[in-house]
Amino acid sequence: MPDVHDENDPRPLPPPGSGHFDYAGNQGLLVEQDTLLEPDPAKREEARSLWGDAWRDLRRRPIFLISAALIVLLLIIAIFPGLFTNANPRQSDLVHNYLRKPDWTDFFGAGWFGYDGQGRSIYARVLYGARASITVGLTVTLAVTLLGGLAGMLAGYFGGWADAVLSRIVDIFFGIPLLLGALVLLNAFTVRTVWTVAFALAFLGWTQIARVMRGAVLTVKQADYVVAGKALGAGTSRLMLRHILPNAIAPVIVVATIALGGYITAEATLSFLGIGLQDPTISWGVDISSAQKVIRTASFVLFFPAAALSLTVLAFIMLGDAVRDALDPKLR
Amino acid sequence: MGSYVLRRVLQMIPVFFGATLLIFLMVYTLPGDPIAAMYGDKAADPATVANLRHKFYLDQPVWKQYLHYMGNVLTLDFGTSFTGRPVSEIMADAFPVTIRLALVAFFFEIVIGLTLGLVSGLKRGSIGDTLVLVLTLVVISIPVFVLGYIAQTVFAINLGWVTATVQDSTDITQLILPGLVLASLSLAYVARLTRTSLGENLRADYIRTATAKGLPRRTIVGRHLLRNSLIPVVTFLGTDLGALMGGAIVTEGIFNIQGVGNILYKAINQKEGPTVVGVVTILVIVYLVASLVVDLLYAVLDPRIRYA
Repeated sequence: MPDVHDENDPRPLPPPGSGHFDYAGNQGLLVEQDTLLEPDPAKREEARSLWGDAWRDLRRRPIFLISAALIVLLLIIAIFPGLFTNANPRQSDLVHNYLRKPDWTDFFGAGWFGYDGQGRSIYARVLYGARASITVGLTVTLAVTLLGGLAGMLAGYFGGWADAVLSRIVDIFFGIPLLLGALVLLNAFTVRTVWTVAFALAFLGWTQIARVMRGAVLTVKQADYVVAGKALGAGTSRLMLRHILPNAIAPVIVVATIALGGYITAEATLSFLGIGLQDPTISWGVDISSAQKVIRTASFVLFFPAAALSLTVLAFIMLGDAVRDALDPKLR
Repeated sequence: MGSYVLRRVLQMIPVFFGATLLIFLMVYTLPGDPIAAMYGDKAADPATVANLRHKFYLDQPVWKQYLHYMGNVLTLDFGTSFTGRPVSEIMADAFPVTIRLALVAFFFEIVIGLTLGLVSGLKRGSIGDTLVLVLTLVVISIPVFVLGYIAQTVFAINLGWVTATVQDSTDITQLILPGLVLASLSLAYVARLTRTSLGENLRADYIRTATAKGLPRRTIVGRHLLRNSLIPVVTFLGTDLGALMGGAIVTEGIFNIQGVGNILYKAINQKEGPTVVGVVTILVIVYLVASLVVDLLYAVLDPRIRYA
C-alpha cells in the first residue's frame, strides 16, 4: 500500500486506530489489512495464555519454588560472596589451621566447614567458588541457545541444502564427546579463565540445542497459522520471529535449563582433571581435585565443595524439570 | 532395507571425515608444540627437532598432514606415537579393557535403569515412583568424580568389599564398582526416560482398546506398552554406548583402569597427537555404527517404521 498521506496535505491525519477509510478513498481497506496481516491481538492473547498457564502452573509447584529460591540464593552468593563471610578464601594459615576439622560452634564463621590442606577456610572457598560455576553455566547456556537456536531455526525453516549442510555439521559435532573435545581444545590454552572454559563448552555444545530447535521448527512450520501468515504475504523474518519462534521455543528452554546443570558439571569435571579453571580462579572442581589427596584422613575437605556443586546442579535440573512439566501439555 | 542402509552409510562418510578433521585440526593447529613438549625444560638440538618434525610429517601444511594420515588410516595404519610405539598397538592394549568396562556399565544401565523406569512408570504417584524420581535426581546432580570417590571410600576402604583400584581388568568382579559408577548417570536418564515414555503411552488409545478387549495386563504391558515405550530408550542406549567408552576418562582415572580414557588423558596432556586422533577416530566410528544400529532397531520395535 502506497503512502497515501501527502506531507503538504493540509488536512489532518485521521486519529490512530480509526482507520475506517483513508484520504485516497480506500474505504475499509486499512482496517481490513490491519486485522488480516496482524492477527496479533488474538494471537498474543493465545500465546500469553500458554505462558500464563505455565506460570500459573509453576507457581503452585513446590519443586519450582524450592529450586527457584535456591537459584536466587546462589546468584546472590555468586555476585556478593563477601556478604556471607569475612574470611579471605585465599588466605592460608598452615601453622594453626592445617586440615582443621569443621567447627559447628563457629556458626557462619571462617572455621565453620573446617580448613583445607593449605589452611584456607573451606566455608569461604565454597562461597567464592559459586561465581565460577554459575558464570560458566549461564554463559555457555546463553551462547548455545543463541547459536544452536539460530542454526536450528535456519535448518528447520529453509530445509533443502541449508538443512542438509547444517545437519551434517551438527552430526559431526555429535560424534565427538563433549568432555573429550573440551579436553583437547582447552589443552591448547596455557592461561584458562571462566571465559576460555565457557568458549570451549559452547563451541562443542551448541549442537544439542540446534537439533531440538530444528525439530520444533519442523513441526510448527506445518501449522495452519504459519501457512496462513505466509499466504497473506508475511515476510521470512516476520514468520520466523513472530509466528514460529514463540511456538517452537518451549522445548529449547526446557533443554537449555536442564543442560545448564550439565555445563556446570562439565566445568567442574574439567577443572577436576586439571584442564579447566586454574588459580587464581576459585573453583569447586579444583578444590575437589586437591581434596582427593587427603580424602582418607579429612573427607570434609572433599565433602563441602562437592555438596555445593551437587546442590547447584540439582537446583537447575529441578528447575528444568518443573518448567518442562509446566510447558508440556501432554504431561498435565 | 538394503538401499536404506546404503544411503545411511553414504551419509556417514562426510560425518566421519568431518569429525576426524575437526579433532585433527584441534590437535595439530592449536598452539602447543608436541616436539618441544617431549623435551620439557631442556633445550632441544634444532637439527634433531627438524628431523623429528619431518619424521612425524609435522613440517607439512595441515591439510597434507590430514590427507596423509587418513590415507594411512584407510589401510589400518594409525601411525606411531611420538614415543615410538605404534598407535594401533597402544589401542589394542587399551580398547579391550574399556570395552569390558563399558559392557559392564551398559548391563547395569539396561537392567537397573529399565527396572527403575518400569517400577515408577507403571505406577505413577506411588511411593516407588517418588523414590525413583528422587534417587535419579540425586544421581544426576552428583558429578561422576564425586560419586566415584564416595563409592571407592565406602565400598573399598570402609567396607572392604572390593579393591580400591582395579588390578586385573579381566576379572569382571573388579569391574562391578567402576561399572556402576560409570553407568550411574546414564542409568538415571534411562529410568527417567522410560518413566516419561510409559506415562505418555499409558494414555494412548491403543492401550485403552487393549484394556477394553479384556486382554490380561501382562500382554498389554509386554506386547503393546513396552514395545512402543522403549523406542526413545533404545535411541538413548544406542548413542550412549559410544559415550560410555569415550566418557570413561574420569572413572578410569579414579579406579586406575588402564583403558582408553586413561591413555587419552595422558596423550592429551603430553600433546601426543597421533594417539589422540587415533583413539577419537575409533570412537567416532563406534558412535556412527551405534546410531545406524539404533535406526535399524526401530523397524524391529515399531512395525509402523519400514525402511524402503
